[in-house]
Amino acid sequence: MSDLSKLTIAAARDAMRKGELTSVELTDACLSEIEGASALNAFVHNTPEIAREQAKAADARRGADAPDMNGVPVGIKDLFCTKGVPSQAASGILEGFRPEYESTVSGKLFDAGAVMLGKLNMDEFAMGSSNETSVYGDAINPWKNDDRALTPGGSSGGSAAAVAADLCLGATGTDTGGSIRQPAAFTGITGIKPTYGRCSRWGVVAFASSLDQAGPMTKDVRDAAIMLEAMCGFDAKDSTSANLAVPNFEAALTGDIRGKKIGIPKEYRMEGLPAEIEQLWADGQAMLKDAGAEIVDISLPHTKYALPAYYVIAPAEASSNLARYDGVRFGHRATLDAGDGITEMYEKTRAEGFGAEVQRRVMVGTYVLSAGFYDAYFNRARKVRTLIKQDFENVFNEGVDAILTPATPSAAFGLGEAKSADPVQMYLNDVFTVTVNLAGLPGIAVPAGTDASGLPLGLQLIGRPWEEGDLLNSAYALERATGFVAKPIKWW
Amino acid sequence: MSIDIDTARKVAKLARIKVEDDALPALATEFSNILGFIEQLNEVDVEGVEPMTSVTPQRLYRREDVVADGNQPKAVLKNAPDAREGFFAVPKVVE
Repeated sequence: MSDLSKLTIAAARDAMRKGELTSVELTDACLSEIEGASALNAFVHNTPEIAREQAKAADARRGADAPDMNGVPVGIKDLFCTKGVPSQAASGILEGFRPEYESTVSGKLFDAGAVMLGKLNMDEFAMGSSNETSVYGDAINPWKNDDRALTPGGSSGGSAAAVAADLCLGATGTDTGGSIRQPAAFTGITGIKPTYGRCSRWGVVAFASSLDQAGPMTKDVRDAAIMLEAMCGFDAKDSTSANLAVPNFEAALTGDIRGKKIGIPKEYRMEGLPAEIEQLWADGQAMLKDAGAEIVDISLPHTKYALPAYYVIAPAEASSNLARYDGVRFGHRATLDAGDGITEMYEKTRAEGFGAEVQRRVMVGTYVLSAGFYDAYFNRARKVRTLIKQDFENVFNEGVDAILTPATPSAAFGLGEAKSADPVQMYLNDVFTVTVNLAGLPGIAVPAGTDASGLPLGLQLIGRPWEEGDLLNSAYALERATGFVAKPIKWW
Repeated sequence: MSIDIDTARKVAKLARIKVEDDALPALATEFSNILGFIEQLNEVDVEGVEPMTSVTPQRLYRREDVVADGNQPKAVLKNAPDAREGFFAVPKVVE
């Protein structure tokens, strides 16, 4: 019974279609796994009643015509507003908030028959790379290499831990600078951030609106294709949503990448990159070459400036987006002293409700947007962003189909090990992923091997805009070549 | 660029986040570190480069200017910390 939660989405779909498995059975198996996994702190609001009800409805709908996600139990990152269910972006300032509406992405999944098991841990407002800024406490990586508790990465740390530990079949994540791909790499699972505009941002708590994208986190590439297809599509409620048809991503998975041109950017060969990651990257290139792809050296000259540009643009947009948390319309309001006016109410509410990293980023954003600094910081960063995007356009114009890079500069690190350090050190986790958000491109992290201590490591593939199908197919070829099947040993 | 304590205080005020005086020196140091990291952008030649204002080269989607939703005051006020008589309530703003 308990093995059911280990199924992939594709396997569960096929078994349910054949009548060999019901969604109720599958959902119950996941719920009991979740109950036994509180040590991971992945699920932070459980919704077993909703899950069982949705599972029953899915079983009633079962059949050859049912959508692919019908009856599939998933976890939803706490950043997504889910109607009537706590949705607080792992922040104290949204404590008690129960949305009166459903985010477009979660709504699409439920329309396709998916079952919600609960809400997943994350960094507060998706600001972090280790899930340590959450008001719910740290999510824990199911992988271990000694007695230490390791980070599952962030910000989608709960989603990554839940999928890697087989608590659910798939999970939603969001990615502003690497928040799907870095935790996927740290936990040995697959995560794709689609092209900016593919998934509606409506009802997803906003961090940096020009960078945020939702995407699936799954056990393999096929599942990523299936779940992504159910999540994306045009939405009139998001003015940056792309009015494009959604292709059948799973049908793109032929595994044939003969003649594809895969670019290897020399600027990603960073100083101090661990030898194991260098090796993983070289192995990945060799595998794609064996599969018939052509490996070409490319240059993305402005790569070095992506992180500093990101740490202007993302905080600037966050300071604007998070201005809405004022203690008036939703969430926390500070208790006021006699004589306190509205300014004191704002200041106390935000000081109490926001954690340290969120406060830091809101204030940095406020600074770079303030009179006298707007041009020097914000506008300069946006110009550098134009150059970063042009770098990618140039290599794609030269015929490159996808770009292969490491997903992260290290394997998962110990919780608490980076916490007290300089915030800038934590920001370096996103060095390989953040360029993709700045350029609005699709990127996918695929597990590709382990380090010497047995922790998973991932590779990233970056694709052309709107060509997620082609990107997923390259990822599928890589997945087949690496043959990564390792799973964490259950200790929780 | 080094951020002094007065600048840190001013930024906290602009962001409407209460920061106690004794926390300002540490905050100023953190800002200085982060801004030091950002200063690298000054190495880039951005002469004649347009700032990116749209991620994908598409015009913002526009729709007919018609009412598509509304008339839900209860739902709108449902999560308010203090709602009275169909309004959001806040401390006195006008003397």
